[in-house]
Formats: sequence, C-alpha cells, structure tokens
Amino acid sequence: MAIKKFAVAAYDDEEVLFPAVKKVRSSGYKIHDVYTPFAVHGLDEAMGLKGTDLHIAGFIYGLCGTSTAVGFISWIYTSDWPLNYGGKPHFALPAWIPITFELTVLFAAVGMTLTFCYLNQIMPGVKKHIFHPRQSDDMFVMAIELNKHTSEQEVMAFLKTTGAKEVNIQTAEAGWWYGRWDKKEPYEALNLG
Amino acid sequence: MHLKYESFVREPLVDGNKDYHQVSEDIISPIEGKPGRMWYVGFIFSVLLLCFGIFSVGWAVYWGLGTWGVNRTIGWGWDITNFVWWIGIGHAGTLISAILLLFRQGWRTGVNRAAEAMTIFAVMCAGQFPIFHMGRVWDGFWVLPLPNSRGPLWPNIDSPLLWDVFAISPYFTVSLLFWYSGLVPDFALIRDRAKTKFRKMAYGIASFGWTGTAKNWQRAEALWLVLAGLSTPLVLSVHTIVSFDFATSVIPGWHTTIFPPYFVAGAVFSGFAMVNTLLVLTRKILHLEEYITIGHLEAMNKVILLTGSIVGVAYLTELFISWYSQSWGEMAAFQWRIMGPYWWSYWAMMTCNVVSPQLFWVKKFRRNVPFTFVMSIVVNIGMWFERFVIIVTSTYRDWIPGSWSYYSPTWPEVGFYLGTFGLFFTCYFLFAKYFPVVAVHEIKFVLKTSGDNYKKGMEQIDNQSTEDFIHIATTHHDEEHLLELPHH
Repeated sequence: MAIKKFAVAAYDDEEVLFPAVKKVRSSGYKIHDVYTPFAVHGLDEAMGLKGTDLHIAGFIYGLCGTSTAVGFISWIYTSDWPLNYGGKPHFALPAWIPITFELTVLFAAVGMTLTFCYLNQIMPGVKKHIFHPRQSDDMFVMAIELNKHTSEQEVMAFLKTTGAKEVNIQTAEAGWWYGRWDKKEPYEALNLG
Repeated sequence: MHLKYESFVREPLVDGNKDYHQVSEDIISPIEGKPGRMWYVGFIFSVLLLCFGIFSVGWAVYWGLGTWGVNRTIGWGWDITNFVWWIGIGHAGTLISAILLLFRQGWRTGVNRAAEAMTIFAVMCAGQFPIFHMGRVWDGFWVLPLPNSRGPLWPNIDSPLLWDVFAISPYFTVSLLFWYSGLVPDFALIRDRAKTKFRKMAYGIASFGWTGTAKNWQRAEALWLVLAGLSTPLVLSVHTIVSFDFATSVIPGWHTTIFPPYFVAGAVFSGFAMVNTLLVLTRKILHLEEYITIGHLEAMNKVILLTGSIVGVAYLTELFISWYSQSWGEMAAFQWRIMGPYWWSYWAMMTCNVVSPQLFWVKKFRRNVPFTFVMSIVVNIGMWFERFVIIVTSTYRDWIPGSWSYYSPTWPEVGFYLGTFGLFFTCYFLFAKYFPVVAVHEIKFVLKTSGDNYKKGMEQIDNQSTEDFIHIATTHHDEEHLLELPHH
C-alpha cells in the first residue's frame, strides 16, 4: 500500500457529522473514510457507499451446505454402502433433514464470517492506522485524502467550519499491514513535527 | 435527521446521566483494573472444582463406565440428565442475542454479551457428557463421517443420536462466531484505550485490526442480522433434535410428539433462569446496575413466567395423553412417575417449575433482585429434575418386571457434574475479567433513543398534539430545533 497525507477532522456528535459529510462531498474533497465508535445508521448512504452484498454470499454458502449434505448422504446410502435400517428406504430424505439443515447453517455462517473478515481486511495480526485514539470511544472521525494540489491550510479551515472539534494533518499508511499494536511505525515520526 | 424517538413512558435501558465516553469508561475500566478479592476466591474455587471434575472423568475413563451407577435397565443417568440440562441453559443466550434481535427488542443490548458467553460455556459443558458416556472415548471420532478402514463404514445418518452431533457442533460454532464478531469492535476500543504494552498487543490481536469504518459497520450489521436469522431456527432445531433422542424411541414416557416444543420451552425457561443467576451477581460485582437494570431483570422474569407456564401445560398434557391413549405402558409409566419410588423427583420438578414461577405474576416479585436470584436457582433445580424424571423414571421400570431397577449416582458421576460447574465458572470468571461483559458499541447505539437523560428530552414532544408535532417537524428539517437534547 502507500503512505499518504490526510486531513483529519474529529466530531463529537453524529448529528454534526452528517451535515459535515454532505458539505465535504459537495465541495469535491475525497473522503478516505469515516470512523465511528458504533454503527451509525445512514452514514453509508450519506457517504454515497453502496449497500453490501454479504447476505447474498451467505445465501450461496448456505446452498453449498445443503448440496454438500444431500449429495454426500445420498451417495453414502444409495451407492457407497447402502444399509438396511429397520426396513427404511435407502433414500430416506426426511431422516436427512436435520443434518442437511445444520450443514446449511454451518456453511452459511462460517462462509459469511470469513468473507466478512476478508472484505473488511481484518485478521489477528493485522494493523491499520488509527487517525484518532478516541475513534472507537466517542469521536466520529473523517479522514480526507490530500493530493499535491490541495492547500492544507484551506482544508483545515474548511473542516473547522463544518463543526469539527479537532482538525489536523496526518501522514499515514492508507491500507493494512501485519504488525504489532504496541510498536510504533516508522512513518508515525512524520506526524510529530 | 429523522423523527424516530421512543416514548418516555417506556423505561430507559440505560440509567444515569451517560454520554458515549462514560459508557466506555463504566464497562471497560473493570478490565483495566486489578480484580477484587472475590474474583480470586471464586476463580480459584472454580479451578479446583474443574480439577476434581477432571479427576472424576479420568477415573471413569481409566476403570470404565462400571464406576458409574448406570446399569442395563437405566442406561442413561446423571450424565445425559446433565447434558440436556446444560444444553438447555445455553439456549437462552441465543434467544436473547438472535431472536430478540429479529424482534427488535431493544432491552437485549444490555444483557446479550453475557448471555451469549453463557451459551458458549454451557454448550462446552454439555458436550462433555455424551463424549465421556461413549466409554471408549478414544474412539469418539467414529461419530464423524470420516473415511476409515472399516469399509468405509459410515455413521448412521438416520439416527437422532448422530443428528445431535451435527446439531450441537454447528450450534457451538455459529454461537461463537456471532459472539466474537460482536466482540471485535469492543476489543478495538480496549486496544485504543490501552496504556500498557502487553494490553495493547493482546487486544490488538484480539481486535483483528478493526477500525470501525462506515463500510466495516455496514457489513457487520448485515452479518449480525443474517447470523441472527440463522441462529433462530438453529437454536430451535438443536433442542428439537435433543428431544428426538427420546421421542423417536418406543419407550413409554418418551414416545410423544409433544417433546420438541416442550423441550424448547423448558430450555428457554432454564436458560433465562441461569442468565438471571449470572447477571444479578455480575451487575453487583462490576457495578453495572445502570446497564443491566431492574427493567432487564423484569423482562427476563416475564419470559420465565411465560415459558414456565408452557412447561406446566406440557406436563399436564402429557398426563392427559397417557390416560387418553389407554395404553397400559403409558399409563403405568406416568403412574410410577408420580407415585413410584422416584415420586420425590416428580414433585420437586412440579413445585420448582410449575408452581413457583407463578409468583412472577406479582410485579413486586419480578422487580425484586434477591427474589429473582433465589427463583433463578429454584427454576434450575426444577429443570434439572425434569430431565432426571424424563430419563430415569421412564426407564427404571421397563417391560420385564424382572429387570426393574433403581438408580443412584456414584461419586465419579457427581464429580463429573461438579467438574462442569468448575469449567463453566472458570470460563465465566475469565470472561468477566478480560472481556467487556456488556456490548459497548450496542449500548452506544441505543443510548440516544433509550438512555435515561436523552429520554427526558422526549417528554415535551410526547405531550405535544399530533398536529403541532407534524407542523414543527415539517417546517424545521433539523432535529436540533425540535429537541432540546442534553449535549455532552
């Protein structure tokens, strides 16, 4: 990934954040991301993000579970090793419903969770830049990506007008990397000055 | 932004004058401090109990199941009783976390984290019993459909005992995923607050590198909703399948179609009692009375009253059907349950499960903390006896009077049961110390609609006439003009 420059605005109320997001977008700035301590409903729409298709992935994983269960059991009982249990038919579909259902749920849940981790780029050992130490506590933090042409002073002044409690410029790694959270990263020295 | 608000008539879910930071402070600071002396005493006691359990199980594995009191007539004793008891307790956590999420019951937010932890630990305890009941536990993997050198000979997919294996392991897995995915943002909070190096590193790993972007939250909410949707039928299926272990056999007292709903109701009943036992203690010790309020306890007592009544109706239905069937075996089985050598277990069950929860019709009792605590233990004793009654008093007098028998547990069986208490409370003590016992991000989510201080601002709106409300709402688009909300 790449080390980039960001203008960071921290708000202390989601009701101030919403109009700020709108203003920043309409002024043509590129929002890198908005970090909130809890799920703020409608924020994704305000930022112009699309809805997630995670549940569709879940449905497909579920179907895989269903077909794995039915396929495997029917292969065992009709072809690989047919057994006579008390005169029941070999293809005893009603008796397979419980296991088929459980495997459907298992595949859907495990598949969805792994997809969730993959899409969100989260895993034990993953590290990302934290723009504000209280972004998981009570601050709503918006990071705006800067390029060569943007004036830092101008952006900071503009963000102040949107109601931000704190505004600063940070140099940060934009993506994720493997690292320890108790260690400082080399690029963080750039933010001290 | 929107006109959504909750009437001030509805009890607040979070008491006291809280803002977002105060919520983090209240719930996370016990994790950052040193545990109290009570914690050490409880934890060490649990570990000792666990060690005794391991010794008892080791004894039974080494010498064989002959060390248990079960015999050829009564093949299932304390072990399967305890198995059904623990798995039933687990169901309340899933009910709170999943079913109440689907029903949009806001009060679940205060208790869901601890209840789900209880589910996971209870299922861990439950699983031990069928595993060690196998006797030759080293052959336990035979229940899995693995390629093997015996044919390959596959397990009997048509058997409810195998369905159990396939029901409980996904149940554990899905509950764990649901619980942990909710914990990740709270671990990120602990990580970002952490002052010590080790805590920063450990919670950094546990938080998976969560930062809480808008997209993160959007996907998380989608995930939790679907997991709730999956867990709901899953939890119903698990206890249904446990009841099939009995209902599909042709033993009088077991062979009934009422078992699945009756077992599920009983599971929820005992589970909510266990949640109350744990939360009454947890809220007291960790000073979380403002998050786990009397209102939460009352809501759970209402569920106990409802499910206890369902269980009571089921007991009476069983009795009626045994008479209505005019089957000699059925009638005799129930007559001996009530008046046979095990009469005391039947009447303990009836008193604890059917009679005592009816006291919860009185609001004063529902909102009384010591009474709730005592009742939660009474209910769990009753539900243990229910499983004992179903298992032992259906088998001890079978079709051949010559093989009628009586069953008492031996010390390794009792030790095994005590050991699972050790396992459960060891896990729970560790959870209460190192994990946020209340879901911080979910509390923050409901704070502005259901927090005590925010609700007070709603009073003026509630007293407005509908016309005034609509008029103001349509002329001022910004909520700030409308509400005098306290700002922090």
